[in-house]
Amino acid sequence: MPLHRRQLLGLFGGLPFAAVPGVLRAAGRRITDSAGRAVAVPDRVTKVFPAGPPASIFLYMMAPDLLAGWSRVLRGKERAGIAETYHGLPEIGRLTGRGGSANLETVMVMKPDLILDYGSVKPTYISLADRVQAQTGIPYALIDGRFDNIAKSFLTLGDLIGRPERGRACAAKAQTIIDGLAAARAAIPTADRPRVYYGRGADGLQTGAKGAINVELLGHAGAVNVADQAGEGGLTKVSLEQILGWDPDVVLTTDPNFFDLIWTHDVWKTLPAVKAGRVYLSPTVPWGWFDRPPSANRLIGLHWLLAVLYPDRFLQGLADRARDFYSFFYHLDLDADRLAMILGPGSHPGNPRKP
Amino acid sequence: MEPALVIWARRGVLAMLGLGAVALLFFAAATVGQFPVSLSDVARILWEGLTGLPQDVSDRARAVVMDIRVPRLASALLVGLALSAAGATYQAVFRNPLVAPDILGVTSGAGLGAVLAIFLSLPVAAIQGMAFVFGLGAVTLVYAVSRAVKGAHDPILVLVLAGVVIGAVMGAGIAVLTYLADPYDQLPAITFWLMGSLAGVTFSDLGNAWPAVALGLGPLLFLRWRVNLMSLGDDEARALGVDTERLRLILVVCATLATSSVVAIAGTIGWVGLIIPHMARFVVGPEFSRLLPATILMGSVYLLGVDTIARAATTVEIPLGVLNAFVGAPLFLWVLARARLSWR
Repeated sequence: MPLHRRQLLGLFGGLPFAAVPGVLRAAGRRITDSAGRAVAVPDRVTKVFPAGPPASIFLYMMAPDLLAGWSRVLRGKERAGIAETYHGLPEIGRLTGRGGSANLETVMVMKPDLILDYGSVKPTYISLADRVQAQTGIPYALIDGRFDNIAKSFLTLGDLIGRPERGRACAAKAQTIIDGLAAARAAIPTADRPRVYYGRGADGLQTGAKGAINVELLGHAGAVNVADQAGEGGLTKVSLEQILGWDPDVVLTTDPNFFDLIWTHDVWKTLPAVKAGRVYLSPTVPWGWFDRPPSANRLIGLHWLLAVLYPDRFLQGLADRARDFYSFFYHLDLDADRLAMILGPGSHPGNPRKP
Repeated sequence: MEPALVIWARRGVLAMLGLGAVALLFFAAATVGQFPVSLSDVARILWEGLTGLPQDVSDRARAVVMDIRVPRLASALLVGLALSAAGATYQAVFRNPLVAPDILGVTSGAGLGAVLAIFLSLPVAAIQGMAFVFGLGAVTLVYAVSRAVKGAHDPILVLVLAGVVIGAVMGAGIAVLTYLADPYDQLPAITFWLMGSLAGVTFSDLGNAWPAVALGLGPLLFLRWRVNLMSLGDDEARALGVDTERLRLILVVCATLATSSVVAIAGTIGWVGLIIPHMARFVVGPEFSRLLPATILMGSVYLLGVDTIARAATTVEIPLGVLNAFVGAPLFLWVLARARLSWR
């Protein structure tokens, strides 16, 4: 019965009739994804459809030649952060998340060997994966997007796309970054660990509460998120008075408008962290280093975060680390100009814009 | 008939009582918040603000009270009174109790302007500016459309229909931008804006908003006796010498100006403009010259109270639009029930 439906949909989607049994027949390997689902993938994977921006970034880092397209095409200066070969990939929309914009029939016309989603593996996404897989006949794999599991997720993706050696290399690289920084961080006395406020939006009043994926990196950097006191949650809105009450040591943001505002705003500028110049704008080329979207792009952000929080220990070596990271994961050799553009003013200590 | 002097004296006393109640509430609301400031410090800081006599308080406490709480309380008063006065005016103009300030598309227009600014990653001042301009633009468009298709139809009906149509188009525009927005960056900002909040309001925002509100409400207060005549219907009002078409235009322009200037700083805050005029009507009756001041008083007090809960009840802000419905609905039902009892 499901086979009939698949065939019918395959026909409507423009997929050649014979290709549907072909996909099923070629399912020589069954790989278990992060949600524990056994996904049947063809022996040779040549094209992968990313379900959303985090998946497209993860896949680009691992095997850019397999990308069917970008969920959201890079715009303006963001393009300077990836290899030119992949500038021209088409925009294919999102299949999941808040309001999918990809059309299932378009997906089928593209004939990917695999649909990949990277992020939450909660029941909503599992059921969505099962539905899309049943409708299109294309295997759909879910990979855990939590920062802690980056290395493991690289291994899983390596198995899925039939490139275990690249998977192992990426996993090892990621683990080296995380472990190396964790060891250095462990040496920092608890008393020196700053209390951080992460401000989003043009007014800086949106923040990630305890457990929000947007602030996951703070824990890894040994910092305290002041908004933890607001309890568990995702993104929330807080008042200026609350932030003054929290009195953070450092303010982080990804929003250039907020970064401009904070130095001149009547209230923000009275915050001791602002007076001390400890406000940092995260680099965002090609993707955010701290957040936006919360994918494996945050690996380099961890070193950056440590550099702005503990400049004495970590600022040195950030540029080399960034060059190495972009070369290995973003397939791009950074020259000095481009590196300076990416780091930008305001993203690191030594160039604070004091009020 | 009572002598005019008695009537005026009674009005004066009532006005003083009303303003006294607002001042008292303002002080009470200024004492609560997430940042600990003692009651006596709040009193001293406010006294210092009023008289200019320097008081011995910490700079942090002064910043919290004078730069955060006072502008926020003042903006709650301003937003509440502007929305409810605009609501009462629209209800009178359209002779319909179900009308709210967004009937002519001002709220959805302002929403589209703000969402577009967020989509283009513009700073806060531009978000407010675009909300204001788009709010006014939407109503101008509605008015132009209604003039163009007027013909033999009832002018009020045409105006309301044009408002519904333009409002729907603006809503669709918001939906398109929401759909295209970066879900990891802009979408949360859009959602928060559409829920309404006074969290980041400063004196400079207030400075931009209040002249426009004053410009809108001033004529309404002066014309409030004439508004009564509109309730008789166009023909009767015209027979009494009122140019209804012109009066309606003036009232709509005034109410729209007030609404869009406060929506620009506060985001979408529904419900106040619909409900407060009704509550005021239960208290002082439908006569517009009394209804408008009562509405203004009740609207400002109401939003001041609700916003105080929104900012002080929990560590994170409770969205004003959400709380507004949760607090406003039971309150309104209670008043409704009470009013029916007393009418019997």
